[in-house]
Amino acid sequence: MIDFELTPEQKEAIRIAHEFVEELFRPISRYYDEHEHESPQELIDRAWAERNKNTLALGLDVTASLRIEELCWGDAGLFLCVPGPGLGGAAIFASGTKEQMQRFLGSFNEGEPKWGAMAMTEPGCGSDTSAISATAVHDGAEWVLNGEKIFVTWGKRAAENPGGLVVVWATVDKSAGRAGMKSFVVPAGTPGMRMEKLEKKLGIRASDTATLIFDNCRIPFENILGNPEVKKVDKSQTKGFKGAMATFDATRPIVAAMAIGVGRAALDFVKETLEKEGITIRYGVPKQKLTALERDVIEMEANYKAAKLLTLRSLWMMGQLQPNNLEASMAKAKAGLAVTKITQKAVEIMGPLGYSRKYLLEKWMRDAKINDIFEGTGQINMLIVARRVLDYSRDQLK
Amino acid sequence: MISFSPTEEQQMIVSMAKQFANDEMRKIYRQCDENGEIPDSVIDTVWKMGLTSSSIPEEYGGPGGEHSAITGSLIAEELAWGDLSITMHILCPALFAYPVLEMGAETQKKKYLPLFCDEKYKAATAALIEPRFGFDPYSLSTTARPDGDGYVLNGEKCYVPLAAEADLLLVYAAENGSSQGFIIEKGTKGLEIGEQEKNMGIRALATYEISLKNCRIPKENRLGGEKGCDFNRIMNCSRVALSAMATGLAKAAFEYSRDYAKERVAFGEPIASRQAIAFMLAEMAIEIDATRLMTWEAAWKLDRKGEATKEASLVKAYADDMVMMVTDRAVQILGGHGYVREHPVELWLRNGRGFVTFDGMAIV
Repeated sequence: MIDFELTPEQKEAIRIAHEFVEELFRPISRYYDEHEHESPQELIDRAWAERNKNTLALGLDVTASLRIEELCWGDAGLFLCVPGPGLGGAAIFASGTKEQMQRFLGSFNEGEPKWGAMAMTEPGCGSDTSAISATAVHDGAEWVLNGEKIFVTWGKRAAENPGGLVVVWATVDKSAGRAGMKSFVVPAGTPGMRMEKLEKKLGIRASDTATLIFDNCRIPFENILGNPEVKKVDKSQTKGFKGAMATFDATRPIVAAMAIGVGRAALDFVKETLEKEGITIRYGVPKQKLTALERDVIEMEANYKAAKLLTLRSLWMMGQLQPNNLEASMAKAKAGLAVTKITQKAVEIMGPLGYSRKYLLEKWMRDAKINDIFEGTGQINMLIVARRVLDYSRDQLK
Repeated sequence: MISFSPTEEQQMIVSMAKQFANDEMRKIYRQCDENGEIPDSVIDTVWKMGLTSSSIPEEYGGPGGEHSAITGSLIAEELAWGDLSITMHILCPALFAYPVLEMGAETQKKKYLPLFCDEKYKAATAALIEPRFGFDPYSLSTTARPDGDGYVLNGEKCYVPLAAEADLLLVYAAENGSSQGFIIEKGTKGLEIGEQEKNMGIRALATYEISLKNCRIPKENRLGGEKGCDFNRIMNCSRVALSAMATGLAKAAFEYSRDYAKERVAFGEPIASRQAIAFMLAEMAIEIDATRLMTWEAAWKLDRKGEATKEASLVKAYADDMVMMVTDRAVQILGGHGYVREHPVELWLRNGRGFVTFDGMAIV
């Protein structure tokens, strides 16, 4: 049955997350935006202390999406400081064995705060992840990793804090193309893995975006995710690459959920400000009678809703164990672009209030933009949607 | 709990509507558009499927199914994929029947609902739109003035589908400034049906101007009796129905232009393998899905009898823009071929342009 009613648990999850960010994110939002690379230690400790209270539990389902929207309504940069298995965990869930999940994530919740990261992008390759040049060489009971990874979200925290992990994508056989691309779990503190630098960014400044260097970094053979064999003969056997893509089907809706959280923060600010000025948005009034301002706000709200429903659908499908590759990319493409436009329009509408660093709106505009870039740019996601609706391979539509 | 899966019963009705749209509507829609009329036989065939009567309770002669805006939206989308004119014709009696079913006084239900449970198509309609710039459903120029034991109606209406053949008209008019519905039976003195209108699109749907000149009706013909009707809810039901139809029509244009783009070869490969074309199609697909989901959400609100004005008007505004974007691009993708009447996309563009005007011309 088509239904949009939230369960009592979901309503509660939203309420708790909302209170959490109102108390802990919003008051420090501006500070950590202006003090890039400083760690919000109090917040991390508090988030870690509450990890078992289900305040911040982040899965890959509808409830998680609702919670993430709320947390990013608070602050998307600070959200990305919250300890947890993160994208590294998502990769392990998507293509690891039960034993690996147990080994890498089983005790993730214990002891000190931990982070999981995924290292894919390199200086010479971004969205074309099949062009990865980092290498993994099989040597006895170990893999030896070499290469440079950039733009690793959580990179510093995951690589340096004990108990953390980084999932690294590397090729075991360059001549095999995509089939040679595999992912490897590198535990924090492994010799040969080091954090080279932290990026200075347009937005989400509280989030650490790091360059990681792998220099003869040795890890146990069992740390490979998926099948270690390279099947060169059959071109359709590109399971390693598909592992990466399956991860994206799970993480793209999550990024979409983050996006709509930022978008709603901007929308709420606009509506609250208008309300204070005694301006109400009239719904159900003929278009020719609406003011330009009302048209703008209605368009922003409709786009927020469109992005949100596409996001919920893609996560609901995942919960139903239905393939959601198309729907995940639809949600990500729509949400990234929608909130980019919503936040930019909000700054425009609010005039001096929008442009001033006295308020958070200009920051949300900067924060929003990353959602149209990471986990596949808007254009890459459009390409995926186009291939799917046309039933075209990557060779038929480049 | 959030779910995007129609019930089994809904899936059954949807596949029935889909089959009819594909087997019947798609065969004749061009001819209907050119001739400006729809063969009665097609209307009779679909009427027998009972789409309008299915939710009329047994006590009024219907099968007593649940009345659901979600189900109505699912059906409307499938039919509109087939053809918009024929869809609006088929669903036209609902413009009268559904408001009576939902808000009518007991005597009105008893009197009128059984008429829609007949084997034979029952033409009935509603008149809302007025022929002037700045038309606003909440501020009608047509007036209903209480006078003794009845009402006297005066004003002009346009875009009244099937007005000439309809036995029953539900006319919306301002009573002390607020919009209310009034039932006018065919032949009532003061009701004049004008010439059939000539429109840019929906050319197969017969629409008329009507004028009301001191048209006197009995008091009991006020929709909902003394209580009146929830006009805003009627508008929301209309917004949802039109959004669903816009989704179906856009889907038709998307599919056609997608298939064309895969067939049409330029510079040695199908034009679909160029990003300029492929990205247009991707965006069309995304916006169609987004509009459908927003339609469902608004319909869901209506089914829970909640206040749905925000959701319904947001999706309607969104759908109006979406259907223009999609149908215009469909024409663009076909290039010169899109402009000629050998292909359907020009027809869909003309029909798509109408949604922003079609207030109150469909209902779930």
